[in-house]
Amino acid sequence: MARFVMEFERPLVELEEKLADLKKIDLAAMPDLAAEITDLENEVERLRQTMYQALSPWEKVQVSRHPERPKTPDYLEQLFTDVVELRGDRAFGDDEAIVTALATLGDRRVMVIGHRKGRTTKENVKRNFGSPHPEGFRKAERAMRLAAKFRLPVVTFLDTAGAAPGLEDEERGQAWAIANCLATLSALPVPVVVVAIGEGGSGGALAIGFGDRLIMLENAYYSVISPEMCAVILYKDAARAAESAAALSLTAQDLLGLGIADEIVAEPLGGAHRDAEAVVAAAGERIAAALAELGGLDAAALVERRYERLRAIGEFVEATGT
Amino acid sequence: MPINDWFKQRETRRYTVTSGASSDGLPDGVWRRCPECKRTLYQGEVARTLSVCPHCGHHFELIARDRIEALADEGSFVEADAGVTSGDPLRFCAAKPYTESLEKARASSGLAEAVVTGRATIEGLPVAIGAMDFRFVGASMGSAVGEKVARLFELALAERRAVVLIIASGGARMQEGVLSLMQMAKTAAAAERFSAGGLPFVSILVHPTFGGVTASFAVLADVIFAEPGATVGFAGPRLVEQTIRRSLPKGFQSAESLVEHGMIDDVVPRGELRERVTTVLAYLMHRAPAAPAAFSEGEV
Repeated sequence: MARFVMEFERPLVELEEKLADLKKIDLAAMPDLAAEITDLENEVERLRQTMYQALSPWEKVQVSRHPERPKTPDYLEQLFTDVVELRGDRAFGDDEAIVTALATLGDRRVMVIGHRKGRTTKENVKRNFGSPHPEGFRKAERAMRLAAKFRLPVVTFLDTAGAAPGLEDEERGQAWAIANCLATLSALPVPVVVVAIGEGGSGGALAIGFGDRLIMLENAYYSVISPEMCAVILYKDAARAAESAAALSLTAQDLLGLGIADEIVAEPLGGAHRDAEAVVAAAGERIAAALAELGGLDAAALVERRYERLRAIGEFVEATGT
Repeated sequence: MPINDWFKQRETRRYTVTSGASSDGLPDGVWRRCPECKRTLYQGEVARTLSVCPHCGHHFELIARDRIEALADEGSFVEADAGVTSGDPLRFCAAKPYTESLEKARASSGLAEAVVTGRATIEGLPVAIGAMDFRFVGASMGSAVGEKVARLFELALAERRAVVLIIASGGARMQEGVLSLMQMAKTAAAAERFSAGGLPFVSILVHPTFGGVTASFAVLADVIFAEPGATVGFAGPRLVEQTIRRSLPKGFQSAESLVEHGMIDDVVPRGELRERVTTVLAYLMHRAPAAPAAFSEGEV
């Protein structure tokens, strides 16, 4: 199967292909080839280790965007049972870039809210590549209110490059839709567990992207602005995205260090797409554990704790005596 | 006005921003040109009209303190949290160091941070008031702005004050990365908590208001006004244009079009703002404004 190759892994893929070609040759006819194959195998393994073990922030962003990376629908299908999708914002339409659903994780009934990228181009066109319109955020907010009313914990999955920046998105109040999600989410009287599974692009991610626990996949990112757009602003050159990615503190490890993320789910070498099922299962265990822990808190304590968590984020200077 | 008084006023008055003053060749601080009707205006006259062009009604940019003074009762404003300023938590250094941008902003604006907040009264009604200043790193929201805004809502809730915010912003402050993004959630949470206290929040959107500030506390107000000609949105017009690959319709993201699309309550000229805000606050706080001329004791 031809797999999607990220720019930075090309040297490795070329070696891997060469190795595969060599292995097709009948070794009985060329006995001295065996040693060469072993050497090459070692070389491939060495390169794989060095390349993937120290991914730069920009390389992680590329991994987070890998088309074969497990997406919200994969999590929904593998982890949850009795899934009932709820559709529509009750005002304008149903935005497929966000999925909201009643779902059961183990023996726990929850409300799932997630960005929904497609697996195929056709799906992606329908879902605007996971970039929600205002209707999507209004649907998400509707799901949050339902969850509050019926005391269902909320599990969200983040995977968006950002909110859609179209003309009609602006006219229909993109900023208003996001802001209302933030306000509603901040005061939800039920546990909110957030899982950053891929892209965490700006306000469009944040709208469903904070709560009582933030679990991030190893190569997921969460950023105030896309590295490309940041590079355009800083250098007038989108090609310098690697530099801005490094400056923005957007990796899961950065967020853990800043106290914003609570835990990281490890991915196999090369990224979650190398063993999607295992990664999804590992995330599922963390979600279940977080829900079990948070389930012990009453509504008022949850809301207070969430507020204090948010209030503590940010580093500034304060002169005394003013 | 006696000429000496005028000089005295000139010394103390913080004039409106004269961005581009050098390009029109007019001496800074005395004359300025209206970008709309191209007339040359006497600075003193512009200042008297709250920096609105007396000929065509163009609203010049105002600095934060002047915005507060134009709304609050004279002498009532007392600044809060003046000591809260931006650090450089990520040691951000791409293109140029963040610390350099901050120093430049402080030197050119004379401000410590992009938002000025504090307590005041408006026609006697107690308010927590704040104004953002576009000269300071595009009035972008980093940790310090987020903190000052959150504290303003908390202070207002504790002291039973209304919140009035005059908002302009380029959005979340890139140089504080994900910390800036999280300020959106922080300020929205503070606004939501304040709102649950049954107190009014009025926001006045001025030119330009975008990105993470629009999409958080700015539009969570109970009543939203905008100044004439203000451009307000989430995505900047250039990005929208690139996305849709055609030119934008006239008036896109203008305050006037926001009214048409049902996103804000009204476009209010600067000269009428104080009266309008007072009336709204009086309704929502079930109070009579304390202006002796407008209301007598027996009326309420």
